[in-house]
Amino acid sequence: MMQDVILNTTALPHLLTLLIVLPLIGVAMMVFFKDDAAVKYVAFWTAGLEFVLSLPLYLWFDPARYEMQFGEVVPWITTPPISYAVGIDGISLWLVLLTTLLTPICVVCSWTAIKSRVREFMIALLVMETAMVGVFCALNFVLFYVFWEAMLIPMYLLIGVWGGADRIYAAIKFFLYTLAGSLLLLIAIIVLYFQGGQTFDILALSRAQYSDSLQAWLFWAFFVAFAVKVPMFPFHTWLPDAHVQAPTAGSVILASVLLKMGAYGFLRFSLPMLPDASQRFTPVILALSVIAILYGAYMALAQSDLKKLIAYSSVSHMGFVTLGIFVFNTQGIEGALLQMLNHGITTGGLFLCVGLIYERTHSRQIADNGGLSKPMPRYAACLVIFALSSLGLPGTNSFVGEFLVLVGSFIYSKTIAALATLGIILAAVYLLWMVQRIAFGVPTGKTAKLTDLNWCEMATLVPLIILIFWIGVFPNPFLTPMHASVAHIFDVMERGVLP
Amino acid sequence: MTFVSTADLLAILPELLVMAGGCLVLVLDPLTSKDRKGRLAYFSLAVLGAAFVVGYWFMGALTGSPRPAFSGLYVLDAYGSFWKLLLIVVSGLVILLAKAHLKLEEIDLPEFYAFILLSLSGMMVMVSGTDLLVIYLGLELMSLSLYVMAGFKRYALRSLEAAAKYFILGSFSSGILLYGISLLFGRTGSTTLAGIRDGIAGLPAGDPILMLAMSLLIVGFGFKVSAVPFHMWTPDVYEGSPTSVTAYISVASKAASFAAFLRVFLEALGGLKDDWQMLLVAVSVATMILGNVVAIVQTNIKRMLAYSSIAHAGYALIGLVAADAFGVASVILYLAIYAFMNLGAFAVVTMLRRGGLEGDDIDDFTGLARRNKWAAFVMLLFMFSLAGIPPTAGFIAKFYVFMAAVGAGMTWLAVLAVVFAAISAYFYLRVVMVMYMREPGETAGTPGYDVRVVASPATIAVLLVAALGVIILGLFPDPLIQAAQSAILPLR
Repeated sequence: MMQDVILNTTALPHLLTLLIVLPLIGVAMMVFFKDDAAVKYVAFWTAGLEFVLSLPLYLWFDPARYEMQFGEVVPWITTPPISYAVGIDGISLWLVLLTTLLTPICVVCSWTAIKSRVREFMIALLVMETAMVGVFCALNFVLFYVFWEAMLIPMYLLIGVWGGADRIYAAIKFFLYTLAGSLLLLIAIIVLYFQGGQTFDILALSRAQYSDSLQAWLFWAFFVAFAVKVPMFPFHTWLPDAHVQAPTAGSVILASVLLKMGAYGFLRFSLPMLPDASQRFTPVILALSVIAILYGAYMALAQSDLKKLIAYSSVSHMGFVTLGIFVFNTQGIEGALLQMLNHGITTGGLFLCVGLIYERTHSRQIADNGGLSKPMPRYAACLVIFALSSLGLPGTNSFVGEFLVLVGSFIYSKTIAALATLGIILAAVYLLWMVQRIAFGVPTGKTAKLTDLNWCEMATLVPLIILIFWIGVFPNPFLTPMHASVAHIFDVMERGVLP
Repeated sequence: MTFVSTADLLAILPELLVMAGGCLVLVLDPLTSKDRKGRLAYFSLAVLGAAFVVGYWFMGALTGSPRPAFSGLYVLDAYGSFWKLLLIVVSGLVILLAKAHLKLEEIDLPEFYAFILLSLSGMMVMVSGTDLLVIYLGLELMSLSLYVMAGFKRYALRSLEAAAKYFILGSFSSGILLYGISLLFGRTGSTTLAGIRDGIAGLPAGDPILMLAMSLLIVGFGFKVSAVPFHMWTPDVYEGSPTSVTAYISVASKAASFAAFLRVFLEALGGLKDDWQMLLVAVSVATMILGNVVAIVQTNIKRMLAYSSIAHAGYALIGLVAADAFGVASVILYLAIYAFMNLGAFAVVTMLRRGGLEGDDIDDFTGLARRNKWAAFVMLLFMFSLAGIPPTAGFIAKFYVFMAAVGAGMTWLAVLAVVFAAISAYFYLRVVMVMYMREPGETAGTPGYDVRVVASPATIAVLLVAALGVIILGLFPDPLIQAAQSAILPLR
């Protein structure tokens, strides 16, 4: 019988807790500052410090181990036993780092874009960071659920208060969709508690055995919660609304981090806890993934609104992630994990680009923003890089991720791999067409006089561009920490069913 | 043989303190000059403080074993003590709330505090009585005081209507309850809970008179906790009563009635569990459905909170339906947490003034975040907590109720409950939406125009306690959970 241990071997024993609490300390400090400028700096330094403090996670991470590292377990509630248990492995490591990288970027990109209620905006952003880091670190199912749901509050406000014209509709749709999905997850968690040995410990629940029929029920309860978040076809309809209406920082957080949580849920819970049901229902998930890839791409082709285009491209790209997870081989899952990171970087960058142009022209319509390469060469260059990365050009990050996913699905089924490849071709069509119209189209009277990006705006994009090429050229440092943890998923899945 | 022993009187010391305090307020009222009448509120608070200290001390001294008093009609146990302490805290908060609110409504009469204390003593009797007639006495003392308080805004027709409605329907329900008690007595020859339990054990299963008596008891208690289909009074009474009274009815009377409901059904009618479980499942489901669905279309915040309070009764009933130790603990936890969030929500309502009136339309909350960001923020907390979103305490409450349902093998009930919890989020979020996502009206006739926020120190104190309660019990619920767990011991 394998034994899961939560390791804590580092010089900073409370590092994860510190990362979870630090944004809240920043929030508390904001109360003492009067003017908006000071509040912005507090937010920036808090998020920046958080990022710096999260780097040791990578530096001290032991890639040879599959166990949870940087772990910490403190009793929280006595009856039923629920502990505050956090730790990360090769699956959550990159997601935590992605979160801590993007939050300071979001603070900077909101610097001038957010003009009203700056303090409240920054508070929502930092509370969001706490919840997001918490979701990826939680090793107790109830703790996970608390962070998972707590996220809804700041996100609802981010969309609803600082969003576009239809923000209220988009915010409530986002909230209700996600809540309805998550509440079923809550019941599934409670059922697991009673069937898996009276514990909420994620690792212990992944060792317990469940009957076939129970696994089936739980699988679909998990599925609804995670599929809404991913979002998988046909649960994706909240996404275009939420993305289009959210402020830039909200879109970035939503696309880059929140969407990953659904996929993370599949990897962390569905596969290890319900291996047989996961295998059994694979055809359904794969079919939905392929539909998402093709449908998302097809819808993206038809969009005239930039944000909507990227939103639908997200549906398509997240289809690759779920595809990679459910082909059940190392290439597929590692590709999916890398693709989660890639999508976070690339789509985050694309949304930042849309935000930058929206600040200048107050329009997200492709038609209104033509011919930017003349007045804004730096901007056009960045946009082209993000677009090429998004369509998976070799040498950029997405190529590595999508390639691995395709190899994985090729091993599983050649038809599926072929269909998914079609999605990449479509991605090239809609992205290149978008780039052609925006960067190289005919400048309208308005766009001819626009100013190019200043250093502050470049500073939000350059880190992402560096990462795009880094992962594209040297993917190994990013893949190495995943190996042991991904291999461990397969070990856990083979433990067999209850007779 | 002495009729009443010192030990008996000692056992009801907190009750006696509160009752005597209530009577003293009535006596002192005409003796104090007009400008000093406000001090009677502080006197009432001091009485509550003393009762709390004594009650707390008693609970500590109990060490788990219940102490019967008055030859088995009454009991001093951890269960009753927990409820008493909760009810004392709630009453204290309502007095603080009323201090500012009554002045705004121009009904600042010291009798109000007397009625609070008297109804509180009734509730304390309800939660500790082990004889149906004693419980009935407590219930009536509570209800009669509440009827008067509902009509406290004498000049307002709505308030008088609320009082009349509450009184007439309440009397009916009391009569039905009494009828059930008399049938039980006729069948089992006893009115004490233990005697009824023994009597039922000797009767054949499915005895029709017993079934009737049980149903009548469900009607009586169902009315008090506003469970469907006995909820009709709730929206009108909640809307018409002065808001501080509404807060009191929605929190304290509901908690006390649940406490008695649980004790009677688990201790006396435990033998009929299979029968009442079925009925209560239906009641609970109907309550959740009606409360949550009808709340969606409300435009008055007090009516919305009334339907929300109906829905919450449905959730709490799940714990009673589960009918095990965990279920009872979940009900206790639910109502304790509900007390903080609901009191808080009503406290915010008392602060809003539109012209000389109370701003009790949801529209009056439009743009509140611009007018007063702290009021809006705490209201946001209470709304998310009522919706059951973590990390607020409301989540912990719902989580325990759902656990009780799944633990008792009623997963389908838990699934149904979460579906309606998701629906409920819609109307709670609407309040957040109008506060944060709409701008206050600039011209007369637009929503939110001409709304002032009156924040008196006493109200702020109530809001602070409620908001901290919602946050702290959400993040560190363990002390309360342990207290609830130890409070169920005597019921096992």
